[in-house]
Amino acid sequence: MTDQARESSPASDDVIIRVAGLTTRFGPQVVHEDLDLEVFRGEVLGVVGGSGTGKSVLMQTIIGLNRAAAGTIEVFGEELAKLEPAARRAVEQRWGVLFQDGALFSSLTVAENVEAPMREHADLPRKLMDELAGLKIAMVGLPHNACAKFPSELSGGMRKRAGLARALALDPEIVFLDEPTAGLDPVGAADFDILIRELSDTLGLTVVMITHDLDSLYAICDRVAVLADRKVLTVAPVAELEKHPHPWLQSYFHGPRARAARQARQ
Amino acid sequence: MFRDVSNISGASTVGNSGAEGPWLTFGDGAAMQLSGAWTVANARRIDGLIRDMRVEPGAVQQLDLGAVSAFDTTGAWLLLKLADRLSITLPDGMTGAQHGVPELVSRVSSARSEPAEQPPGDNPFVAMLIRLGGGTVAAMREVGSMIGFMGAVVEAFVGVVRRPRRLRLTATVHHMEQAGLNALPIVGLISFLVGIVLAFQGAAQLQRFGAEIFVVNLIGVSMLREIGILLTAIVVAGRSGSSYAAQLGSMKVNEEVDALRALGLDTIEVLVLPRVLALFLMMVPLALFANLMGLIGGGLMAWVALDIAPALYVDRLAAAVTLPTLLVGLIKAPFFGALVGLVGCYEGLKTQGSADSLGRQTTIAVVQGIFIVIVVDAAFSIFFNVIGF
Repeated sequence: MTDQARESSPASDDVIIRVAGLTTRFGPQVVHEDLDLEVFRGEVLGVVGGSGTGKSVLMQTIIGLNRAAAGTIEVFGEELAKLEPAARRAVEQRWGVLFQDGALFSSLTVAENVEAPMREHADLPRKLMDELAGLKIAMVGLPHNACAKFPSELSGGMRKRAGLARALALDPEIVFLDEPTAGLDPVGAADFDILIRELSDTLGLTVVMITHDLDSLYAICDRVAVLADRKVLTVAPVAELEKHPHPWLQSYFHGPRARAARQARQ
Repeated sequence: MFRDVSNISGASTVGNSGAEGPWLTFGDGAAMQLSGAWTVANARRIDGLIRDMRVEPGAVQQLDLGAVSAFDTTGAWLLLKLADRLSITLPDGMTGAQHGVPELVSRVSSARSEPAEQPPGDNPFVAMLIRLGGGTVAAMREVGSMIGFMGAVVEAFVGVVRRPRRLRLTATVHHMEQAGLNALPIVGLISFLVGIVLAFQGAAQLQRFGAEIFVVNLIGVSMLREIGILLTAIVVAGRSGSSYAAQLGSMKVNEEVDALRALGLDTIEVLVLPRVLALFLMMVPLALFANLMGLIGGGLMAWVALDIAPALYVDRLAAAVTLPTLLVGLIKAPFFGALVGLVGCYEGLKTQGSADSLGRQTTIAVVQGIFIVIVVDAAFSIFFNVIGF
């Protein structure tokens, strides 16, 4: 990936996701309070935060799996909560989601998993669907013989790739990734990072990526949003976050693992 | 002469995709004009156009992408298909592509895999024989492995008898409550209702011979010898056999079974034996309760429909039914219970890491449990007949 592409991709006037004043709670437990976040078209946004700061909840709330207690969420300039069901489904087809362990349908083969969104939402002839599923599976770097396998026959890394292929099935404009590199070996994780960056560059994808992986932050994220104290603490490129005075960020970026990741980038 | 390929093929440009076709236009020159949105939303129509177009190979040398308004991987795939049909090599053969499109096309092109070769199919008769043979071998293996499993459980049981401290007492008692005590209401109710039905139907037939009073014998003997215990076994197979299969199956999916093994524990001793033992022990009281409720139901119906007073009913019952009648039924109960438990645990442990497999195994556990109970019941009947019981 080139630095040039990274600098040119975020166009600051083109906001694709706008979260404003978001509050979410489960019973008495408040997860987010008056949280604001903007995601720009074409960028790779990392979301970090300690355990229990609501990173996954934020993602689930944006894609509509959770109901927000207050606040607005606009995606593609449309306020999701106010859309009719049909219009909402149309918006949902324009994003793809990779859940933590792939969340593949265990009763379907990998190819059928990738075809599932196409079958439900796109009107495609059978043969073209097979071809496109094969293409997506190849694009995420899985061997051709993976198509006919069931998720239980795949390794964790392959399941994530297959999950990504399914997320990309309908050529979405945004992909949400929940800890894409967690549980992968370092080489596999680095490959996955490169894959995400390449896809983002060639397809013009906007990527929202929850991660703990410092290597991913340094390698592919244009900006990083930090969740702490029920809010987005700050959104900035990694280099700026290193200087942030917040104690969690200090220990996050100045621990031994961060030093190694930083050195690896230099 | 300007031809619109989409009109030739009869495709219409209806749709809600926003961008309109015609996607492909072909003039006299050597260039084909592409236009509109080459995206997944229009893929069916574009694919149809490419398939149906009638263009001589070599007639087109260039693809002009200048008017394409949107492009995604599906579009790139279709573009490659189009180029293949026209024998054009990309990216040399395309002009006017917007920023990023050539990269996308080359990315898709490099990911294009060789189409998998379909192995030639056998002829249908041979295929059927292969399936039949495979099925037979699988069924034999299944019988063998289930017998092996039973052996392992018996072995664990003997081990526990020798060293009683190894028995998981808490788990066993817990399962006795779950599968035994908590099953009392449903087993009792079903048995009660079947007793009523039996009395009613028996009375209708026996009345024609003026032999209504023998309805008591009918109820007493059939309930105690067969129906009470069989009903109990079927209800327990549906209730506990399925729940054992689902419990062990989801533990298998979660790798809990592997974790147990890694801790050096014996799965059979920890998971299977308490469950099988619980059913083995609880089936007798359950069956006894079912017998009682069946007799009560029959007696009630005999009283209401045939005017056989309870005192007379009990009197006739005592004459018709002897202790061996009761024992012939009850002696089967522990075997049925153990079989249902064994099949449930066995099928649960055979689950293969997916939601689909878990559901299948649970179904098999119930169906096989009931099947085996009935087969064994038939075997017992023949056996008792032969020894003249």
